[in-house]
Amino acid sequence: MNTAVLRAELRLFRREPGALFWILAFPTLLLVILGSIPGFRHHEADLGGLRTIDVYVPVAVLLGMIVGALQSMPQNLTGYRERGILRRMSATPVRPTALLSAQMVVYGAAALASALCALIVGRLAFDVRLPEQAFGYLLALLLAILAALALGAVVSALSRTTKIAGAIGSAVFFPMMFCAGVWIPVNSMPDVMARIVGYTPFGAAAEALNRAAAGHWPGWTHLGVLVAWTVLLTVGASRWFRWE
Amino acid sequence: MSATPVIEVTALRKSYGGRAVVDGVSFAVEEGEIFGILGPNGAGKTTTVECVEGLRVPDAGRVRVTGLDPVADHEQVARVLGAQLQESELQAKLTVREALELYAALYPHPADWQPLAERLGLTDKLTTRFAKLSGGQKQRLFIALALIGNPRVVVLDELTTGLDPRARRDTWQLIEDVRASGVTVLLVTHFMEEAQRLCDRIAVIDKGRVAALDTPEGLIRRSAGSTVISFTPSAPLDDGDLNGLPALTSVARNDGRITLSGTDETVNAVLTLLARGHITAHQLRVSDATLDDAFLDLTEVTR
Repeated sequence: MNTAVLRAELRLFRREPGALFWILAFPTLLLVILGSIPGFRHHEADLGGLRTIDVYVPVAVLLGMIVGALQSMPQNLTGYRERGILRRMSATPVRPTALLSAQMVVYGAAALASALCALIVGRLAFDVRLPEQAFGYLLALLLAILAALALGAVVSALSRTTKIAGAIGSAVFFPMMFCAGVWIPVNSMPDVMARIVGYTPFGAAAEALNRAAAGHWPGWTHLGVLVAWTVLLTVGASRWFRWE
Repeated sequence: MSATPVIEVTALRKSYGGRAVVDGVSFAVEEGEIFGILGPNGAGKTTTVECVEGLRVPDAGRVRVTGLDPVADHEQVARVLGAQLQESELQAKLTVREALELYAALYPHPADWQPLAERLGLTDKLTTRFAKLSGGQKQRLFIALALIGNPRVVVLDELTTGLDPRARRDTWQLIEDVRASGVTVLLVTHFMEEAQRLCDRIAVIDKGRVAALDTPEGLIRRSAGSTVISFTPSAPLDDGDLNGLPALTSVARNDGRITLSGTDETVNAVLTLLARGHITAHQLRVSDATLDDAFLDLTEVTR
């Protein structure tokens, strides 16, 4: 990790209004919109006494990292490769991995900031309780971010051009959003579906976050699924990644 | 000149998909010289210097930069070698100033970027983003980045491509200044004028091999017809007489005009021949061949 490269990438990230909106602002905005619907603030027997807004907080928490890691980061990295930016860095004493790791730190930090923003706004505006098992929640959140970044790295590795990265990113994006519970929150999914979704990175993440929010330990199975995905995807990304 | 060359390339080979792009290239660049690599497109020039920069791993042969292996000792080599690559960009929204500061931070003993920016005429572009720069400005920024680490040797690949004639001349002056400050320069080019003006020695590369390695004057002298004589004779000249001229390499007749190439000896013999026949040579022109002619000649032989 090179701090000069990281500083430059952080500064460049701040110059991307699209990324800033979709990663940092949109998840919380979505939460606010949903929270403004009166019906979503009623306690539902189907949701185990929770309100719809309660179950959408983990979705909003996961949304920023999915957009950042699967859409923005692969576009950047394939662009850096396509336009010889990685090559130019290879001709310096610093390896081009410095750019890769800087991008991951930037998008990881943005995902974390986006998640915290959703939690805080949920708490202040809609009285959504903060996670009771705070340590478990943070652990699940960090593991989810790592899995998301590893998945983004695989998309970057497999995409030869920014166009392909966009296409693959979107193709992976929607299933991942589904698993995270954007359309049907994971706790409202039918049993079989929930079990299958629980083995996907964001399905496992959603369940782990839900459990920790309710005050339980996030569950070793869910955390294990996240770790397994991260390891598998990281191995794949480092095997398939091409510098030019 | 020092005893050990700054850059040493020995029997370098590199193939892509079974096709040998660099096929046994050897040369050595001495401290303080401007060494040119000249060749037609696709001759293997860029691949050769990419092996010198450590961006590619040779299939066979040896490359040393200040005695170090550019692949195994990449970091040390990158500290003493500044590179301007043929096709590379920077992050679109990075400003000139940020790029200079960023790249300065990657080296242990960087040059002061402000005077460097001034020398390259980038001072009024410091807050401009990379994507908004013109081709010439981008090129100048990359030259600045090649020099920012205070290198002992710079490798410049197609340095003046995309520059207008004035900017090209300014850049040549800059390269001469860089050399005067003690930096060794390896220059890849396909501009003859540039090679002739700047280089102390030139390796002509064709089809992955070194076709010739000499000073620019040496290359011109060694090429077959280094002097070109053309004239329109007042009376017809006998073919036999012309073909019998000493050191003659070619004869061409075009609309009554004769163009011969050979050496100074040929010139003297032609004049004697004309005088003897009382023939006047109208519009007599005698010119030295240029590096252009030498280049075409050299790369034709190996074709």
